[in-house]
Amino acid sequence: MTETTAAAELREPPRPREVTGGQAQLGRGGDFFLRSILPLVLALGTGAIILVAIGVDPIQYYKDVYSGGVQFAAWQDSLMRVAPLLLIAVGLIVVFRAGIWNLGIDGQFLLAAAVISGIGSRFEEHLPNTINLLLLFVIAGAVGAAWTIVPALLKARYELNEIITTLMMTFIGINLAQILVKGPFQDSSTTTPQTRAFDFTALLPSIPGTESTSRRWPGVHVGLLVAVAAAFVVWFLMSRTSLGLRLQVLGASMRSARHMGLDVPRLIIVAFLLSGFFVGLAAATEILGVKGYQRADWNPAFGLWVVPLVFLARLHAIGVIPYVVLLSLASIGGDYAAQNAGLTPQFTLLLVGLTLLFMALTEWIARRTAGGSYLPGASYRRHRAEGAG
Amino acid sequence: MTTGSPTTPATDGSEQPAVELVGITKEFPGVLANDGISLTVRRGEVHCLLGENGAGKSTLMNILSGMVRPDAGQVKLDGHVVEIDSPKHAIGLGIGMVYQHTSLVPQLTVLENLMLGEAEGIRLNAAHAGERLRELGSSLGLDVDPKATTGTLALGQQQQLEIIKALWRGSKVLILDEPTSMLTPKGVAELEQIVARLKGQGLAVVFITHKLHEAISMGDRVAILSQGRLVGAIEPAELRSATHDELQERIISLMFGSQAAQAAGVAELTDGVEPHLPKRALAAELALELDNVTVEPGPGEIGARDVSLQVMKSEIMGIAGVDGNGQRELAEAIAGQRSIADGDVRLFSHSIATLKVAQREKLGLRYVTDDRIHEGTVGSLSVAMNIVLKQIGKPPFWGRGRIRYEAILSKARDLIGRFDIRTPGPETRVAALSGGNIQKVVLARELSFDPKVVIYSKPTYGLDVRTTRSVRQTIREQAREGVTSIVISTDLEELLDLCDRIAVLSRGRITGIVENGPSAQQRVGELMVGGQAT
Repeated sequence: MTETTAAAELREPPRPREVTGGQAQLGRGGDFFLRSILPLVLALGTGAIILVAIGVDPIQYYKDVYSGGVQFAAWQDSLMRVAPLLLIAVGLIVVFRAGIWNLGIDGQFLLAAAVISGIGSRFEEHLPNTINLLLLFVIAGAVGAAWTIVPALLKARYELNEIITTLMMTFIGINLAQILVKGPFQDSSTTTPQTRAFDFTALLPSIPGTESTSRRWPGVHVGLLVAVAAAFVVWFLMSRTSLGLRLQVLGASMRSARHMGLDVPRLIIVAFLLSGFFVGLAAATEILGVKGYQRADWNPAFGLWVVPLVFLARLHAIGVIPYVVLLSLASIGGDYAAQNAGLTPQFTLLLVGLTLLFMALTEWIARRTAGGSYLPGASYRRHRAEGAG
Repeated sequence: MTTGSPTTPATDGSEQPAVELVGITKEFPGVLANDGISLTVRRGEVHCLLGENGAGKSTLMNILSGMVRPDAGQVKLDGHVVEIDSPKHAIGLGIGMVYQHTSLVPQLTVLENLMLGEAEGIRLNAAHAGERLRELGSSLGLDVDPKATTGTLALGQQQQLEIIKALWRGSKVLILDEPTSMLTPKGVAELEQIVARLKGQGLAVVFITHKLHEAISMGDRVAILSQGRLVGAIEPAELRSATHDELQERIISLMFGSQAAQAAGVAELTDGVEPHLPKRALAAELALELDNVTVEPGPGEIGARDVSLQVMKSEIMGIAGVDGNGQRELAEAIAGQRSIADGDVRLFSHSIATLKVAQREKLGLRYVTDDRIHEGTVGSLSVAMNIVLKQIGKPPFWGRGRIRYEAILSKARDLIGRFDIRTPGPETRVAALSGGNIQKVVLARELSFDPKVVIYSKPTYGLDVRTTRSVRQTIREQAREGVTSIVISTDLEELLDLCDRIAVLSRGRITGIVENGPSAQQRVGELMVGGQAT
């Protein structure tokens, strides 16, 4: 290269004038505000206008959301809600970063829940509690992962659009879960279509110090710790390991991934299985930590709640935690507030929907002013300062 | 839709220029793309905008065509200040732009593509559109079949269609962005005729190019941009009076500073290149063999049929041909990115036909793709990461599954220096770099980890003079070090400049292989034309 560089030095042109060293005119803080905070603020504001329009005092409503989600030991409920939502979120982060749309979350979730609530209450007499719980977590993860196999193979082998296949599989999964609950897993001691309830002592233990004296449940179950640990694992996986980088290259461009010699079909399958696994774990925390049994008509539809959050957090597994906490609080407190205001509890979902809408809007603005997008592939190693320029 | 025709001559007697740009400034994150540029474009003139990649030519014209809004400065049309806030507005004002990359929908017919522009109304008026096409076609001297499927047209014809589309609503100003970059010599000649006609009809034409000889031969006026600034202009009088060599020297000194003009070799790329490669003694070892390789075409592709080729160690083998004659299919098949339907590919006498991309990579096969932005790099990742993208999981950059940033950064710093990649640092996102520097990132990656056989697909496509020279120099140096190269290019001059032998690919078949030498240009040309006839 010596000749080339020597010749180049001779004609060294002035470097392009650096205006800002950073990524955007707005700076990183402005970008964060625009993409991750502003949509929430706008959604809450619009929600308030809607509340006024239907004759509800918005300040009182939001106060109720807060008190219903935090005060009077409701914070334990809110924190327990964090567990499944966070596990779903990290599962989605893995696939979304790989550029794959797993939208079959609810089917994976309910099926995993049905299987462990069906077989778990039968195991409990035969196995020590800890082993029983561990086993059920693994089984739930495996069922969730298994329910992604069909869309994964169809995409890996035939490049079939996974949005359609996962949505189809979620319908099948939801109905199959119902069939299981009403059929083989039906509690024979009742006519209500539901599984046999776990013994209280067979459920997840509480985190010490979270017990409440006035509540039915002993305290916040350890599923929350599982979820937080999973968030750190996924963060490490995506930012520090070779698999994480491979998944991100796939997410950036399938053509690039092929060109770089990555095994694209295998990566697609791995991403799907991982996401299904985490969704299965989410089901385990809800059944083994909160519900204790499953009714045939139970479908919390957590999947829809979580999708906007992971984009607000820009697909960052740890960054998503505060959003999940906020959403849990809103969903627990929202029920209370809606009841007080004479509204349907679905009003919280309306706020989630508005957030999504405003995200799209601010994204459009952000693209014009700051560039980039919600899918920040560059977050692989974003924390480091620029090298010697 | 009947907003006149481009043939309306601008003989309203006024002395107002068609377009005046005054003090245009546009800043993108990290780059000042336009820095107080003022430019006047007159009717009946071809105004060439000359500059290297990243000089700000396209930004300036995107401002005029409403794609980008300036931070400061004014745009005047016929003496009136206008605020062009969208491409639609620009079209309404009579500004038509033909982009470097085609915006036509390949599945639609010619007429349908043209009617796409008429977003108004629910029903399409095919009869009216057909009439307009005939009118425009005859004014440009073109005969276009309105019912032809656009994707089947040659690139030159597609570009003619783009020009018609730009004129569809009766443009007064036509902007051509690097229009010759994908054309054959014949296509360039046709384009020149069209431009001459438009000029004669009183249109103001802006011709963006980075090729010096084009600016000199086609422009009535040349504006030279460098680093976002207007560094010089050549007036019609001077263009007419000075000789080609004088102009060339003048422009180079404006572009690079007077010292650079003397630097050997800059001039050689600015104009036709004579084959000057000395005959080299090649090793007798076969490096890459293609044995009757057939690649099934994908949608809209030609595929490759019975391609046989033997490339010796350290040889530079060129593959000439008009774009879209199976080049990409063949290159991807050799690299392992698509499977071959028949035949065999051997690397140093071992068949690699069933091996995957990564396995071929391990054996020393490299593929420098022509799509450096969407395939060759991941724009959202840093320069350093892109340099090791084909090493994921391998030591010394990864150890026990974990990434080792220090090893990656130090390798990146080393290669940034060796390949002269101009980047603020190794952790800058590749998407923030100019095209030439992105190509250098790709080359740094492909050529740094012990390559043995390298396939280059259009290695200097869209690059400026300096980068083109450095890329070719790199290819030559690699060959001297014993690396075997296959250079696929649509630029015949490039192949004559680089290669030992040149194979001609036409309709997916090799129509002949020519030893490089004095008569090679003519023979390759004959093979290209002859091959097309079949």
